[in-house]
Amino acid sequence: MKFVKLIAVCLLLWISVAGEAQEFEAIDFPWDNGSALLLRWKLDPSRDSLSLQKPDSLGIYREFFNEFSQSGECKDGDLVSDTQYKYRLIAYAADRTDSLVLEASAKPRQQWFAMGKLSFLILLIVICAAILYFIWSARRGKDLFIRRISGLDSMEEAIGRATEKGKPILFVPGISDLDDIQTIAALNILNHLAFKSAEYNTDLIVPCRFSMVLSAARETVKEAYLRAGKPDQYREENIFYVTDDQFGYVAGVDGIMVREQPAANFFLGAFWAESLILTETGFGTGAIQTAGTGQPHQIPFFVVSCDYTLIGEELFAASAYLSRDPHQLGSLKGHDFGKLLVILLILLGIVMEIAGLAWFKQFFVGGN
Amino acid sequence: MTSINRTVLERRIVFLVLAIAVALPLVFPLGLKTQVTPLTEKAYDLVESTPAGSVVLLSFDYDPSTVTELQPMAQAVIEHAWKKGHRIIATAMWPQGSQMADMAFADVQGKFDNSKVYGLDYVNLGYKVGGMVTMQAMGRSMEAVYPKDMSGLDYKDIPMLTGIKSLQNVKYVFSFSAGDPGLTHWIMVAKDKYDIPVAGGTTAVSAPGFLPFVNDQMQLHGLLGGLKAAAEYEFLLGYEGAASLNMNPQSVAHVLILILIAIGNVKAWRKRKSVQQEASKNA
Amino acid sequence: MKRNIPLILAFISGMLVIISEFIPHYPFGLIEETLTGWFMIVSSFAILLGQISLISANINRVVEKSQNWQYYLAGLISFAVMVTVGLLWGMENTPGILGQGASIAAKLGSKPFDYIFEYAYMPLASTMFALLAFYIASAAYRAFIIRNFESNLLMITAVIVILGRTSFATALTSWIPKSLTLLHLPELTDFIMQYPNTAAQRAIMISAALGVIGSSLRIILGIERSYLGGGK
Repeated sequence: MKFVKLIAVCLLLWISVAGEAQEFEAIDFPWDNGSALLLRWKLDPSRDSLSLQKPDSLGIYREFFNEFSQSGECKDGDLVSDTQYKYRLIAYAADRTDSLVLEASAKPRQQWFAMGKLSFLILLIVICAAILYFIWSARRGKDLFIRRISGLDSMEEAIGRATEKGKPILFVPGISDLDDIQTIAALNILNHLAFKSAEYNTDLIVPCRFSMVLSAARETVKEAYLRAGKPDQYREENIFYVTDDQFGYVAGVDGIMVREQPAANFFLGAFWAESLILTETGFGTGAIQTAGTGQPHQIPFFVVSCDYTLIGEELFAASAYLSRDPHQLGSLKGHDFGKLLVILLILLGIVMEIAGLAWFKQFFVGGN
Repeated sequence: MTSINRTVLERRIVFLVLAIAVALPLVFPLGLKTQVTPLTEKAYDLVESTPAGSVVLLSFDYDPSTVTELQPMAQAVIEHAWKKGHRIIATAMWPQGSQMADMAFADVQGKFDNSKVYGLDYVNLGYKVGGMVTMQAMGRSMEAVYPKDMSGLDYKDIPMLTGIKSLQNVKYVFSFSAGDPGLTHWIMVAKDKYDIPVAGGTTAVSAPGFLPFVNDQMQLHGLLGGLKAAAEYEFLLGYEGAASLNMNPQSVAHVLILILIAIGNVKAWRKRKSVQQEASKNA
Repeated sequence: MKRNIPLILAFISGMLVIISEFIPHYPFGLIEETLTGWFMIVSSFAILLGQISLISANINRVVEKSQNWQYYLAGLISFAVMVTVGLLWGMENTPGILGQGASIAAKLGSKPFDYIFEYAYMPLASTMFALLAFYIASAAYRAFIIRNFESNLLMITAVIVILGRTSFATALTSWIPKSLTLLHLPELTDFIMQYPNTAAQRAIMISAALGVIGSSLRIILGIERSYLGGGK
């Protein structure tokens, strides 16, 4: 009986101690490149401040975190993988009596997969697989329907008008650098436009904001003139750098529109606050204007002041539409599949959230 | 008169009237007050809730053209951050952004009796080419991207940067952005990759495009859109600065635009009516 | 061969960047780091390319006395002046070849580069941006014409948002009881901006993002090569 009582007392004592257990642990930060550790602590209510410390190169403990919470965690980054790191947590009591010192250590490890990005990977694989499937089926001769994009159909009309009037065509490839896919999409359209303008013997002016864009634009236009069999008509000086400065560039382009009076203006690529200044100047000169951007906030300005506007994805579809290359047309079908997938996921997400199943949304939010 | 000539003339009249409407309230201020919106409040709360002593990053991603809208915002945020005891790292993804930062620091220093010390309370690391790629590199090592500051001081010799190895060590990023590279890239790198709170200030015409980022995931921790938001921020700080004063002409200009829309509609209605009358006569 | 090398480079670097996004383990992170470092170096050299293009294009026009050649000359002179004063006396705290230029800075109030920047360049740049206000007014005058149900809806929304963004908005609807807060112009404007506007923006953003994925895939796989010049 005494033995049972002893066990009961020990158990009670353990429960009471465990109930107020104060924990501090260091663990490897999950699914990263081995450059971080996660420090977690749980303190009893008598503590009101803390100091998280780690030794410097001389072995002296220095504080690097002091935001108090009863139970919390802190990420220590910029660490070297597979190296042991020591930490010390000092928790101070509210009545300034004994402080508590807890220690922990761990090694950050490199992981082979960023699990927080699993949802992105799945979506990427599904969409890319769909695009590749449609490219493959287009290659096998399947007829693919693509709806009319009047902004692109008008290209020939615009070039024809410029030729009739004996005026040049102005092409602005956005104000973004070459690392923006919108700029590359614009250069793809420029290639087709340059080919047509070479056929019609019409001058093409391409002012560039960035040197990298300038270099790519020159190569694109030169190749198009070569393809059209008119390399002698290619004029490198018509594709030039203006300035990196946003509104300095706009002033330069506006000046060209007012002086050269181009018969057709194309504004394709990424645009910001300058979009309306460019297109309203073009409107003032009476040019036929086509614009397109993936920046949703600038589309209203283009719609108001241009004759034709490519909205969002139409800019990226333009090259495929103009070339009628079955491989590229196939990839457009893949986009459509992606859209369908997104619509389904949104609807499913709404249902899941209403049903209170938060894991679905959390899975797609992902993490680092 | 041809239709194009008429259009050009109408545009010129519109421009003249607008110039007068903007100029008059500048000379005779109307004393209009502005109401604080939740988006501005969110950005303000981010700065307000960050503990004293924190190192924060303000990115000056604009140039002098947008200075009227973005500079008052930058000044208000610097003032707020200094009041809260934050130490500021200024960077620029646009070539002239570093000058904008220097001018903003100089203006706000006046309010603090020039008590803020360079290298201790703030530092200007200057401009770096590369946009988003540069931001990603900052996420790995700040010193590798900015071995020296604007004045030529070595990174390791700047006292406030001790312990700031990478972007991950700053408490929040505030980007004043006029375009590319700018706020979108900071969201993608600082928030989405490293989970650092990001707030931003943009021109009014670009602001709607950033609203989708103000969401439950806090991709954007508040947004200052144009001069009105700058005026709201000044109001929250308890003073009337450049933005508050310039809100008067902006408000009058907005009303004028409404009047112009009404005139445009009356003209269109009259034109339609005369066409209908002519059609009925011909019939 | 001239075409294939860039295509191979695009494929390899594109795939490496995608893979390193999902595999944090060595050496993938390092590869991405190296590639981004190269991009920054190439970008820096490209600035020089731009300057060369600017100078040669302007000089050609001046030498050939082409139409409006005076503007190109003005551009060249401005460029030369800024480069010269910047090189000689530097800017802000950075010294130039002749040091900090204390005497000239004392006369002007700041270094010549900073002086021109502040008193010539800044007002000019702000003027360009200010044109936006005029163009918005003239575009709004043309755009918001009632023609049908949709344009009617667009105009009503525009009126609410334009008015809601002014300081008059609060005064105009302050008489509406608090139970009908949504009808207060600033609140109504916020509602329009945050819900219908954001919904439309998101739709365009999602479809544009899918376009980006498709375009990137085409470039990585070498299906899209117009940007390199030429078609198939």
